[in-house]
Amino acid sequence: MLAITKQELLIARRNMWVATSVALMALFSVVLSMAGGAPTGTLGVNPLIVAVTSITTLSVYFVPLVGLLLSFDAISGEKERGTLALSLTYPLSRAQILIGKFLAHFLVLAFAIGVGLLLVAIISIFKNGGLNMSFTPLLWLFVTSLALGATFLGIGYLVSSLVNQPSVASGFAIVIWLVCVVLYDIGLLGALVADNGGFFTKVIFPWLLVANPADAFRLVNMPDISNNVLSSGLSSASQVSGRIGQIASLFLWPILALFFAWVALKKVKT
Amino acid sequence: MSALTITNVSKQYDQVKSLDCVSLEISAGSVLALLGHNGAGKTTLIKMILGLTPLTSGEIDVFGAIPGSNMARSFTSYLPENVAFHGSLTGREQMQHFASLKGESKKTANILLEKVGLNHAIDRRIGTYSKGMRQRIGLAQALLGRPKLALLDEPTSGLDPISRHEFYDIIKEMSENGTAVIISSHALTEVESRTDKIAILSQGKLVANDSLENLRTAAALPIRFDIKTKAKNNKKIAQDLGGKSINGHAIELFCNSDKKIQILGQISSFGAKIDDVDIIPPSLEELYRYYSAENRSSNISEGE
Repeated sequence: MLAITKQELLIARRNMWVATSVALMALFSVVLSMAGGAPTGTLGVNPLIVAVTSITTLSVYFVPLVGLLLSFDAISGEKERGTLALSLTYPLSRAQILIGKFLAHFLVLAFAIGVGLLLVAIISIFKNGGLNMSFTPLLWLFVTSLALGATFLGIGYLVSSLVNQPSVASGFAIVIWLVCVVLYDIGLLGALVADNGGFFTKVIFPWLLVANPADAFRLVNMPDISNNVLSSGLSSASQVSGRIGQIASLFLWPILALFFAWVALKKVKT
Repeated sequence: MSALTITNVSKQYDQVKSLDCVSLEISAGSVLALLGHNGAGKTTLIKMILGLTPLTSGEIDVFGAIPGSNMARSFTSYLPENVAFHGSLTGREQMQHFASLKGESKKTANILLEKVGLNHAIDRRIGTYSKGMRQRIGLAQALLGRPKLALLDEPTSGLDPISRHEFYDIIKEMSENGTAVIISSHALTEVESRTDKIAILSQGKLVANDSLENLRTAAALPIRFDIKTKAKNNKKIAQDLGGKSINGHAIELFCNSDKKIQILGQISSFGAKIDDVDIIPPSLEELYRYYSAENRSSNISEGE
């Protein structure tokens, strides 16, 4: 199993997607923490909070995309190349193959996110002298980003197992990404407008919102006290599902996604 | 000792019977060529022996183990048809990965890469390899862990003649070390002299399974004589021997193997009038056509 992880890491080292996503994550983090700090000046607000809020918004789009990019080829590519059949003739179970790949991609993800957030921390410290800053929000952002990324890794493996060509898998991955991080929210927004503050808005909407791991991630990382109108709308919704619900959604999704990916991989005929 | 025993194995895909009651046995240290058209069921049979494809009925026994069980996998090796390894790994990295899966050392991996003639390209990415070189990695990984049974699916397709020769040398060495080897192929001329037994699959049925010699005898295909004569004697000799005159200075003649010596005697009695004689036994290709066609005609008569 660790041999699989090692091999995937070797592949990832030479993968353009990986290099690009690490570079992008780092770049965005730097820009956002530089620019994000500007309006607050030396006010009492922890400057990290501002940066974390900006980066959360970025990560909602970015982390699922990286997760899917890393994983869409994992099974379908091996099917097409014929190496999956070969791997299965080695004394190795399908679960081991899946977990081996997951571990490697998870590490890559952790590296990409970690580099970005480390840069944020360093920049904040330089700008604010930051000895009495709390880094908890940043750590929490790191952990939840990983959970979000892991979910989409799992979804990527699931798609990858269900189709036979990597090109098809990448198409599905893009669609899933669009639905989860863009269309889902637009759909909910549309429903809210149509419902005009009725039963749906008060009871169903908050749960639907938290059911999407991307939205759960957004809610979890939202600062507790916020003056922002948009986020206060969201946070009033998040009152219903509560923090426990959000965290549960965020950490149950990776397990569910991986489980279904495993079920799908077990059914793959070589 | 029997390495692999296949008993009455059938495979049904929806309506299509891709394997029909196939029984086969191979002993340790021998090389079996599995021949057949595209779609005759060669790859299906191989994947069943590996435990990748479930059987519809029948039984397969690999050294006493169930196909696909960890025990069977630990002493079986496989070279898939058209395998393409990940292009961004080097040959060494790919091979070391397989070695660690089989519990072999890095050193063994390197030795095997050298053995298949890849030592000059060991640290280049597989993406830059030629088809033959990729196939060599495939063969190298099939040598890992001293397998008791090696299944090579079309190992030499797309290889140049010299590479093929080297491939068969390595396969021979494997069998000398006690490995039972199954090679599927439709390159008949190659396997002709290099295998102990030949099994022919036709439309999912095993139509032949024997040594080349026995297959020849059983098929009783005619032997061909190619005789070269001076132009002026050509017609007369052709008439005397009962052969066919070709181009005015060659004669083609077919006979059964029991008449061979008699005809040779006749030919030699012509003395200096004959320039040259070639005796050509039925080639594997002809045998293959014979056995495949036999099955087909019997299928047709069954259908009637």
